[in-house]
Amino acid sequence: MTQNTNLLLQTRTQHFDSLLRLQFGAELDGFDLVYESYGSLNASASNAILICHALSANHHAAGYETAESTKPGWWDICIGPGKVIDTDKFFVVCANNLGGCHGSTGPKTKKPGVTKGCYGAEFPVVTVKDWVRSQNLLAQSLGISCWAAVIGGSLGGMQALQWAIEYPEKIRHACVIASASKLSAQNIAFNEIARQAILSDPDYLEGSYTEADLVPERGLRLARMLGHVTYQSDAGMREKFGRELKSGDIRQGQNVEFQVESYLRYQGSSFSKSFDANTYILMTRALDYFDPASEFDNDLVAALSGTHCNFFVTAFTSDWRFSPQRSKEIVDALVTAKKNVVSTLIETPLGHDAFLLPIKRYLETFGAYMRTIEI
Amino acid sequence: MSLRSDLQIVADLIPRNSRVLDLGCGRGELLAYLRTNKNINGYGIEIDPMGITDCINAGVNVIEQNLDKGLQNFQSDSFDTVIMTETLQSVKRPDLLLEEMLRIGTQCIITYPNFGHWRLRAYLVLRGKMPIAPYLPYGWYDTPNIHLCTFADFENLCRQKKFSIIDRFVTDSLYRNRMLMNRMPNLFGTYAFYRLGRTPE
Repeated sequence: MTQNTNLLLQTRTQHFDSLLRLQFGAELDGFDLVYESYGSLNASASNAILICHALSANHHAAGYETAESTKPGWWDICIGPGKVIDTDKFFVVCANNLGGCHGSTGPKTKKPGVTKGCYGAEFPVVTVKDWVRSQNLLAQSLGISCWAAVIGGSLGGMQALQWAIEYPEKIRHACVIASASKLSAQNIAFNEIARQAILSDPDYLEGSYTEADLVPERGLRLARMLGHVTYQSDAGMREKFGRELKSGDIRQGQNVEFQVESYLRYQGSSFSKSFDANTYILMTRALDYFDPASEFDNDLVAALSGTHCNFFVTAFTSDWRFSPQRSKEIVDALVTAKKNVVSTLIETPLGHDAFLLPIKRYLETFGAYMRTIEI
Repeated sequence: MSLRSDLQIVADLIPRNSRVLDLGCGRGELLAYLRTNKNINGYGIEIDPMGITDCINAGVNVIEQNLDKGLQNFQSDSFDTVIMTETLQSVKRPDLLLEEMLRIGTQCIITYPNFGHWRLRAYLVLRGKMPIAPYLPYGWYDTPNIHLCTFADFENLCRQKKFSIIDRFVTDSLYRNRMLMNRMPNLFGTYAFYRLGRTPE
């Protein structure tokens, strides 16, 4: 039996026949969204929660996919029976975003109208808004007219924010965790370095590596290693790795490998085998382009003034990739726009990754908020 | 729903349907009361984790923020009333915070304990030690109350800063108002409730 026998996990693929017009003008003639769900939808469909995933995650948010799986979903600490997002109370849905590489239509999908070959780098640019619109189609197909909450961390938090703006009548609570209303120049800069790492890999072949049966592993590995460093803090890495050696003797100066090097190589290597390079580029672009205020004369207050939901906004003290100041900007705009908001700042050395980790006060406050949601 | 008696005094000073910001809102009791009884959707600022969790449980808007780092993130004239109950004495710069409160709100309500009460004066004179009382239970070394003042001190500051004192209500330690403390508040009053406004130019 699976380890998490209490969690009712279902994986499905929903096909949409309709033409989806994307924000930047391109069109998708039909598409698939793969999603997992946990718990059961109640008769009035008032207990549905949408989880939005971040850059490198997917629809597998909780539980174990098979009896043999050793690793649970990426947010298993938060989703399950009796957990923060209690699957005994809520029906929880998490879909792989459009453009993803784990089953939803994306660069690895076969390109329509051709006999051979996938979209690759030709997959159209998708934005947070496009994701939210496609998630709305998924909600309709599931008979959910209003989410009890839309929840996400990082890029997922951006989707929750966009949901509140795009469909104010279809969301009652938005939980925006370690996120931002737009990226800073520094944050975009890191994304660009990650993209350049991939683009400059000789195996990338301008995005058509799949046809050549190649994977730009070196580029992906570098991109992931860079990401990992920025998702942690100096203090956190010191605590975790210090200057511990994996191998070699520093007095001899030979074959020295620090623990942190070994860790980064391992993370980079395993990621490069499971993630698609074109998807990585697409997702980082979506991050960079997100700026809902830009459609309101760069006025975030105006952007949020049409929202009706309650907001839960959380930041982590040592997160410098999505710093607490970015969350504060959202909270200040919400107060000015006279919206309901709970805002916490969690003390931790764990950096941006903190939103995925079991930090006592984080889970306590988040859990307390989730318990106030009526179904 | 019964409210702590000091908070009831504050609540009675707040008009229905107004915009309220509560600095150091604690467990959010006042905000919960105002929502139920005065149709007010206020905001609280708190730094204590336990208080914040209680606020979340009570379903009130709470923002985790350190008052000592200022209130620059709040816009001028964005609230009708800015409240600070028994917090004035524990902030780093009460004078600057008061200025900020009156920038953000049209009026503000402040409550604090009177260090000029005769019992505290007697304690210092007779024992030669920093006064300790049931409502000021800390030692000099661990007290969060780093800026205690008397009613006279506070009113001096208001004159200096040109804050107008709209009204003042003085009570004993059980928040009761007695004749003597109206006549000689700085000697017989334990708590004061001030309503401040800006002085018209």
